[in-house]
Amino acid sequence: MNGTFFHRRLPSPLHAARAWVGALWAAALSVAALLLYHPLALFALVLAVLGAAAGAGVGREVAGRLRLALIVALPIVTVNVLVAREGLTVFARLGDLGPFGQGDLTVEALVYGAVIALKVTLLILITTLASLAVDPDELLRGLRRLSFRSALTASLATRMVPVLAADALRLAEAQRTRPDGLQNGASARVALLGAVLGGSLDRAMDVAATLELRGFAHHAPGSGTSSVGSNAGAGRLRRPWSRHDLAFAASAAAVVALALAGRLSGAASFDAYPLLHVRLDAGTLALCAALLVAVLLPLADRRGIEP
Amino acid sequence: MRGAGSSREASLAREVPAREMPPARVLAFEHVSYRYPGRSDAALDDVSIGIAAGELCLLAGLSGHGKSTLLRAACGLAPHFHGGRFAGRVTLCGLDTREHGPAHLGGVAGVLFQDPETQLVMNSVRAELALALESRGHSAAAVARGVEEVALALGIDHLLDRSTHELSGGEKQRVALGAALVGRPRVVLLDEPTSQLDPVAADELIGLLWRLNQEWETTIVLAEHRLERCLAVADRVIALRDGRVAHDGEPGEFLAWAAREAPALQTPGARLFSLAGLSPLPVGVKQARATLRRHGLLPQDRVAAPAPAEARHAQATRGTRNGLTGRKARKAQGSPALAMRGVWHELRNGPAILRGVTLALAPGESVALMGRNGAGKSTLLRHAAGLLEPTRGRIECAGRVALLLQNPNDYFLHDRVADELSAAALAAAGLKEFAQRNPRDLSGGERQRLALAIVSGGGKGEGDAPATIALDEPTRGMDREAKAVLAEELRGRARDGQAVLVATHDPEFACACAERVVLLADGRVIADGPATELLAGGWYFATETARILAGAGGALRPEQGAALLGALRSSARELDGTRPVARPTVAPDAALPNAAPDATPPKVPLESAR
Repeated sequence: MNGTFFHRRLPSPLHAARAWVGALWAAALSVAALLLYHPLALFALVLAVLGAAAGAGVGREVAGRLRLALIVALPIVTVNVLVAREGLTVFARLGDLGPFGQGDLTVEALVYGAVIALKVTLLILITTLASLAVDPDELLRGLRRLSFRSALTASLATRMVPVLAADALRLAEAQRTRPDGLQNGASARVALLGAVLGGSLDRAMDVAATLELRGFAHHAPGSGTSSVGSNAGAGRLRRPWSRHDLAFAASAAAVVALALAGRLSGAASFDAYPLLHVRLDAGTLALCAALLVAVLLPLADRRGIEP
Repeated sequence: MRGAGSSREASLAREVPAREMPPARVLAFEHVSYRYPGRSDAALDDVSIGIAAGELCLLAGLSGHGKSTLLRAACGLAPHFHGGRFAGRVTLCGLDTREHGPAHLGGVAGVLFQDPETQLVMNSVRAELALALESRGHSAAAVARGVEEVALALGIDHLLDRSTHELSGGEKQRVALGAALVGRPRVVLLDEPTSQLDPVAADELIGLLWRLNQEWETTIVLAEHRLERCLAVADRVIALRDGRVAHDGEPGEFLAWAAREAPALQTPGARLFSLAGLSPLPVGVKQARATLRRHGLLPQDRVAAPAPAEARHAQATRGTRNGLTGRKARKAQGSPALAMRGVWHELRNGPAILRGVTLALAPGESVALMGRNGAGKSTLLRHAAGLLEPTRGRIECAGRVALLLQNPNDYFLHDRVADELSAAALAAAGLKEFAQRNPRDLSGGERQRLALAIVSGGGKGEGDAPATIALDEPTRGMDREAKAVLAEELRGRARDGQAVLVATHDPEFACACAERVVLLADGRVIADGPATELLAGGWYFATETARILAGAGGALRPEQGAALLGALRSSARELDGTRPVARPTVAPDAALPNAAPDATPPKVPLESAR
């Protein structure tokens, strides 16, 4: 476990922005990905996200997720081609498929499946970028005002993922050093699973003891159950808005506005059925360019990004 | 933070009547007995102690004799968290632990356990430090200030925005200490906090604790196996045996008691002095050297220190591969059990962990691999065992390389020891009596032996015996007795012709089990030579005996050091017979009994000795 897919504070504008602004920006990108169906606009968004990842110093990790996206995308396209019956341009006839009817594969179903796969790819890339660049602790701290223990438990879970993964790796390594190697067979696997579970429970006990001593069970802010810490709720420490906070907030707003405008104005109109209709004019190109600029512009400002 | 702390203390004081708060004692045990659930033996048995404010108190004792349980009872984890049967009364800063749980007691006491990995529960260092204050409802400003102050105090301010999972072991332990201290507790309870640290990081941690104690009068209760690290800064030592207080006194008194009653708890320096018949037994190198200087026995004060016969013999036999002689030795030198040639391990998009390591181990040779955390020791062992492939370079093995990783628990797949190994292998490992026990219930030393037997494939016939045994930090959390047993086991394997490669931070253990030391730094071999030389000259990678004797005679074990002092004393006597004596320098209270039974009380002439 090398921690590749967990947040690390890097010198980048996205990392420098406050966590909830970063999360809002990622959410705006996701909204745009869900609103838009035009393949060119979606490609523009993919490019923008990959560029943003590069600007945030996690380009390689995010690009690495394209392989996972492909694994997910292929079945989506395949299933859509096989089950969709709305298209008119047949490119292959599989004959009578019994209860499934005629197996006519259409270009429209193929393209629509590809568009859906592109949307899923985008969502995977955006989620990966957010998990690498948005500090989960800071994000969850904001939620503690609503539910302290739930937010803390979520923080703990995110922390435990790399720890337990490292445990599993260590255990597997230890088993490989046995002279008889890693055992095969059901009983050996059950024994290994038992060992993994036992180790996890041991660790969970230690972590629980630590949390207990840190006062987890003692007090939830605002609950009024504590006899100590009378300063509870005495006011939050104001954190001034940085240039990056403002830039990413503005970018999020712009991306959503552009996606809505593209959808409502028809600049990004796309119909798959019954025949393909893909609008491609200056308006569409302008929308794609605007999306690219809106996503990437905040990453161009490199001032004050050192952790 | 101070304001918040004061108001907290005030509110705590209101909760407990003043008559129940002994003014001078921040921690008091009154006839405390405790049994863990499902256990018939008492982990604590009628323990009564009181620790005053500002004391730096050490807990000594072999593994399983109650140190950790005492600390857990002090912070309320026993019985509130662990369950079990509890009798007696513990008060921490006036709070009765029967009435206040660990969450409440954690407000007045910081607690640090052995494994930093399980004490970090957040993703970033800043969030980790803030958690305890946030949990107790401090204001955001107080939290921010507390985090800033503790980070500055511990020198971890540069780590604040780092992720906890990318910190080194030493950094993790510092952050965990910071999290324990962020509420400025009056008492800090620490359970072997240095066991996973390299000597440099361990010394830094002890230094930090000493500063806390000196500058803020923080009461420190520290359980530790390697007492030589911290005895010099301690005010008091409490020794536990079978869950009972076996001794309670100042460090000097403790050493005198340990020499009589519990030799396994002696520090190497104290053992050196008691074997040499010197007193007072030293709590640290400085005091030891002062005593030797007073007696005119400090080797560097002399023109040439004669090597004792035992040390000379040890050095002589080291040239023969642990006693292998003749054809066997030549054969051993001809074909190494393990040979690494220019081995590199370079991470993709990351640093090089190993940088052209060249190393060869002959059959029967025992080598200690030392260096700071992150120097590349564990990676090198993984390469030796074939768990990793070098990105450049070559590794050749004459046979199987058995690797014992740091945590022996990782090797256990079954609920019974008997299911892990054959009966013959268990008997060979000396673990037959534990056949029906759960492996995880064994002591640290026993678990290590069982895991070693598993990776060695013992009992499967001669053909399966590994050519090389590699061990990664096998003494973590082990007491001195268990270490001695393991060192003997490794020496035995070397005598049988197996090459032994041990990564360790413990110079005493390295000296006891290895004839050669390889020092790694930044993935490179920076020193490679006989243990007796390499463990003699440094500040960190040196045995306590060597530091006391200024490296005279090499890195000696206390027994060898005592022989050296005996030889020095004899030469002093000879000089005493030929030269005029200036004046005796032996203090009346520092009587110098004789190492040799037939020797007369010595006159140690300062001038004549030079």
